[in-house]
Amino acid sequence: MTAYLLRRVLYALPILLGVNLITFVLFFVVNSPDDMARMQLGAKRVTPEAIATWKAERGYDLPLLFNAQAEGLERLTRTIFFDKSLRLFLLDFGTSDAGRDIGHDIGQRMWPSLAVAVPVLLVGLLVNISLALFIVLFRGTYIDLAGVVLLVAMLSISSLFYIIGGQFLLGKLLRLAPISGYAQGLEAWKFLILPVIVGVMGGIGSGARFYRTLFLEEAGKDYVRTARAKGLGERLVLFRHILGNALIPILTGVVVVLPLLFMGSLLTESFFGIPGLGSYTLDAINNQDFAIVRAMVFLGSVLYILGLVLTDISYTLVDPRVRLS
Amino acid sequence: MPVLLLTDAFVFLLLGLLLAYGLHAARHEHLRAPWRRVVASRVGLVSLVVLGCYAAIGLLDTIHFHPRLEPEPRPEAGSATAPVAGAGQSAPAHYAPEVLSLLDLWLAPLRERQEMTYSAPFATHLQAMETQTLADGTSQRVYPRLRHGGVHLANPDVDRGGDIAATLLLGMGKGLILWGLLVMLLGAAALTWRRGTWGFRAWWLGLRELARGRTRIPWRVGLLTLGLMLVLGWGLADLAVKYHVLGTDKVGEDVLYQALKSIRTGLVIGTLTTLVMLPAALLLGIMAGYFRGLADDVIQYLYTTLNSIPGVLLIAAAVLMLQVHMANHEAEYTSLAQRADLRLFFLCLILGVTSWTGLCRLLRGEALRLREADYVQAAQALGVGHLAILGRHILPNVMHLVIITLTLDFSGLVLAEAVLSYINIGVDPTMNSWGNMINGARLELAREPIVWWSLAGALVFMFVLVLFANLMADVVRDAFDPRCRD
Repeated sequence: MTAYLLRRVLYALPILLGVNLITFVLFFVVNSPDDMARMQLGAKRVTPEAIATWKAERGYDLPLLFNAQAEGLERLTRTIFFDKSLRLFLLDFGTSDAGRDIGHDIGQRMWPSLAVAVPVLLVGLLVNISLALFIVLFRGTYIDLAGVVLLVAMLSISSLFYIIGGQFLLGKLLRLAPISGYAQGLEAWKFLILPVIVGVMGGIGSGARFYRTLFLEEAGKDYVRTARAKGLGERLVLFRHILGNALIPILTGVVVVLPLLFMGSLLTESFFGIPGLGSYTLDAINNQDFAIVRAMVFLGSVLYILGLVLTDISYTLVDPRVRLS
Repeated sequence: MPVLLLTDAFVFLLLGLLLAYGLHAARHEHLRAPWRRVVASRVGLVSLVVLGCYAAIGLLDTIHFHPRLEPEPRPEAGSATAPVAGAGQSAPAHYAPEVLSLLDLWLAPLRERQEMTYSAPFATHLQAMETQTLADGTSQRVYPRLRHGGVHLANPDVDRGGDIAATLLLGMGKGLILWGLLVMLLGAAALTWRRGTWGFRAWWLGLRELARGRTRIPWRVGLLTLGLMLVLGWGLADLAVKYHVLGTDKVGEDVLYQALKSIRTGLVIGTLTTLVMLPAALLLGIMAGYFRGLADDVIQYLYTTLNSIPGVLLIAAAVLMLQVHMANHEAEYTSLAQRADLRLFFLCLILGVTSWTGLCRLLRGEALRLREADYVQAAQALGVGHLAILGRHILPNVMHLVIITLTLDFSGLVLAEAVLSYINIGVDPTMNSWGNMINGARLELAREPIVWWSLAGALVFMFVLVLFANLMADVVRDAFDPRCRD
């Protein structure tokens, strides 16, 4: 197990390096540090000296990837890439182009993101599984057909509609919950109702449909037939045999996304005015703050890889046949 | 004078490829069989008809040209949102600088009838009050009449309902007649032709067979869908000439026109993205699976790396870069249409980069399995080259995966466009797209009375496309996946 984990971590390093390289190249292919300086300082009244100072202050006065003037290892380390990107590996996110400490911002904005994402995940899981079970219980009947049609229709509706519709119906017409905003501490629950409901509704279509196919796949297996042959009732077969076994792929599927919950949801957070990491990223995109975007890309990749490792581990926990080697 | 935008060229390329594939598949029974299963399912045929209607509109909107100017300059000289080409294009003097499409030409009555500002669907008056000076010198706050919507009515409050109903019924009647003729002549004729006998009796039998739904391919359902589209479409078209069926937006543009124009954007995103990602995914996927070893390691590293970057962030970063680049090199992008088109293409490209990894991994797995198959082993033993094995044995046997993935991805991409445009990292703000329509409309919900029609129009048009794309994807998966077959 330890050897496996160690190897996974070592595997992750070149991948993260690649991620950094891609974002870095993507940015500097079209932008020179001079362009950045000009943009930050404003197009007018920019003297070459002002640009030089700006670059020197932020460390953009080095070569991009390879420093031909330096000696030995410094050829690689005295570059913008090394300076700006590789520090991320130590989880040192530096300061944003606007001058704020990114690490501090992330630490603060993580919690509102989680406050939305975790309830959405849990409630969504509960609703989707119950709905899928209900449809499977009536498989082959008109309820099944109607359920599937409903799910496909729900799946085809843009997530924007759920958000706008939810805000309009629950927030404006029925006045059940505040339309947007956030409060610190326990007061936040009022502001969480609407995003959570909308998030769950938006996920039902794809989630319940996927779980239904999982259940049906399980229902066609031999042990289910054996259970029926022994004379067990439909409900017992469904809840004890099918549900139990289908939970394995469902739960391992959930484990993959667990770390990514930290990242929050771009759409939901910006619509509902929740000061989480999703809206943080969106603001950075709109303000063209590359330092933040780069930090969030890196964080996202780390969490994604973490999710993959956790999935592998969870397989060994729920299914004793799987061994990590 | 015809104009070929970058995405137009790719759409035509895609069309050519589809045509070539269709001709190729039609001559090979094993390729034809799954498609026949698709058409033989009712849901499949209905989806095909609906998607076909969308595709037809999209294609009409893809043939672009500079309109020839009349001898005397026309007063309106292009509506506000029609992509207007700048002066940089060296167009001859007698061609207008704006770029229009065949669809624009066809929808000219919709495009050119601009109002001042918001008006509700079927309204005859503007949504906003205006001060008017009366004949006796006093001024009054009134809702002014629309310039185009319902101007033929002398007394709108009384006549409007009746006129709408009459126009709708008349239009639907015309559609019904056209559909009837189509079914009677073409449909039944095709059936009798297939049977090889001619004459009134055979035609009558064919028609009866059609009406009873006893054909192997469910033509009845397909034709009914087509009829529904025709009847509704014609009714809507007749109404749209007299009224603003979906109202007008902030600058007074017809919302129906915007929604129809957005079809092309949605389709381009859904199809071109897959086209640009396909070569890379195919080549790398089967190479990784077939050669294994170092090639496999490198390719796996490549797609794991790309996959581990959150998709939205990669797109955001890339679009951000493009924006900055365009801002810094303003001189190179002279015309708005060219600029918007380039951004659309770039978006397809970057969406392709984020979405090819799934297909690549799938293909790698399949190639891994296929390389152990007896016929591949036999070919290797007989000394067939790697290239020939890849081309003749592996590639044809993974094509079903490609087709399934492409149809499955389509609807997701159309939905993604709306979301991306909403957060300003999608298509150009000047381009017609459902995302831009929703984006522009969402703040108007706070108005009193509510301006809901832009939003509703975009959502309904998008919903229908995505719904039938989803249904189609299910049918295609069932038809092509060997595991789903009995």
